[in-house]
Amino acid sequence: MSAATRPSVLRFEDVSVSFDGEPAVRNVSFEAFEADSRVILGAAGSGKTVLLKTAMGLVRPDSGRVFVFGEDITRLPEQRLFDIRSRIGMLFQESALFDSLTIEENVAYPLVNQRSIQCPPEQVLPRVEQALEFVELGETLEKFPDELSGGMRRRAAIARAVVTEPPLQMYDSPTAGLDPITAHTIMALLIKERDVSQATTLMVTHRYQDGNLMANFRYNSDKGSLEPARGGVRRELRTTFMVMNEGCLVFEGNQDQLESSKDTYVRKFFKPRV
Amino acid sequence: MDNIGVGSMPIVVLTGFFSGAVMALQMSRALATYGQVGKTGTLVSITLARELGPVLTAIMVAGRNSSGMASELGSMKVTEQIDAMRALGTDPVQKLVTPRLIATCVMLPLLVVIADFVGMFGGFIIASSFLGLTARQYWSSVWRALEWNDVTQGLLKPFIFAVVVSMIGCFYGLRTTGGTQGVGRATTQAVVAAIVLIFILDLLITKIFVFQAATG
Repeated sequence: MSAATRPSVLRFEDVSVSFDGEPAVRNVSFEAFEADSRVILGAAGSGKTVLLKTAMGLVRPDSGRVFVFGEDITRLPEQRLFDIRSRIGMLFQESALFDSLTIEENVAYPLVNQRSIQCPPEQVLPRVEQALEFVELGETLEKFPDELSGGMRRRAAIARAVVTEPPLQMYDSPTAGLDPITAHTIMALLIKERDVSQATTLMVTHRYQDGNLMANFRYNSDKGSLEPARGGVRRELRTTFMVMNEGCLVFEGNQDQLESSKDTYVRKFFKPRV
Repeated sequence: MDNIGVGSMPIVVLTGFFSGAVMALQMSRALATYGQVGKTGTLVSITLARELGPVLTAIMVAGRNSSGMASELGSMKVTEQIDAMRALGTDPVQKLVTPRLIATCVMLPLLVVIADFVGMFGGFIIASSFLGLTARQYWSSVWRALEWNDVTQGLLKPFIFAVVVSMIGCFYGLRTTGGTQGVGRATTQAVVAAIVLIFILDLLITKIFVFQAATG
């Protein structure tokens, strides 16, 4: 299905955001369609996280408009944003698990608190267990976040982000600060979630290899592992790379276009394809 | 409520006891000049009920709880837990600020009542041990000195101070920026702002009551 025939999930129209007069995002426009994957690359402080928070309505733009699932959220009141947010799963940079709640309570939080989800109380625990099994943390229900390692916390946060099976999933630096093995495990989980749920995925990262995995690998449910996407199923067609620099979107295109870019800033991010 | 009320009890009891005791000692010297040592209970009770009880208790609770609220919410803010809360369908004001406001408004007046009584008891210990007053002399002067106006003033003040203590703590907590350093800064600012506001509001409320008493 071409992008033109798939519904728009997220659209930025000339969006600018600033904090105390300092611009964080400048005139950014793009559109993501259903089942798209977008990898947002950029150096620290380039506006990637602000972009995601703006997409979620956590930060209000100074100018421009943001459409989520076709609805203009730019000036939407907070109470109405809760309904939109219930259809978005977000993994925060530092996991942002509630440290006074157990992992079970953390993962159950969106099911219990989001009004539009309306999950019957008897279904909360089974869905929490299912989400934690998905990230291979089935034994951590009673633990508190500070009892888990960094990688485990990130996985628990992924479980919380996807427990409601949202059609739009956003991951903010999911592998930042993790060792290569744990980072690979996290990426495998994100790709698995994307392929199982067919959700639209936005991933912020400063690691090109994460984007490479997202674009060129798929989850094989029979083998239960990642494998290179070949034979017409290559995800690259739906994986768009975006590069941010000082709040501006300086590149948008597929992996081939990225690797053939002559822009010196863009070229800093990638290495030869695996 | 447990944290704010029961948790603050030891420091409030200690402050109340020693301020009552010191008050009795200091006032007895001045009263002895006029041969009115028997009025020690009167001065201790009025001072505690109108001023020292509400103000000292509010300062203690501000030091303990405004800072606690600012650091707790500030830590949540800098670790994106507040954003996560909003992202997961909860209004942080409703979830975090409202319960703290209610708990402080319920517990601070109760703590003030306890501090007042403990302070009067502290005064009694001094009066009976060093000033030669009998229990009957002391407690009857304490009781006779208090009027409804004192009780109203003594309960209205902590209620208003409770709003200040909780709102200032939550306000500085929720606008924390700048990582752990920012949490420390927010905590300090919350305590300083709360204490300054307590003194300013105390003066205003006292002025209103004094004016009312003069015209009424």
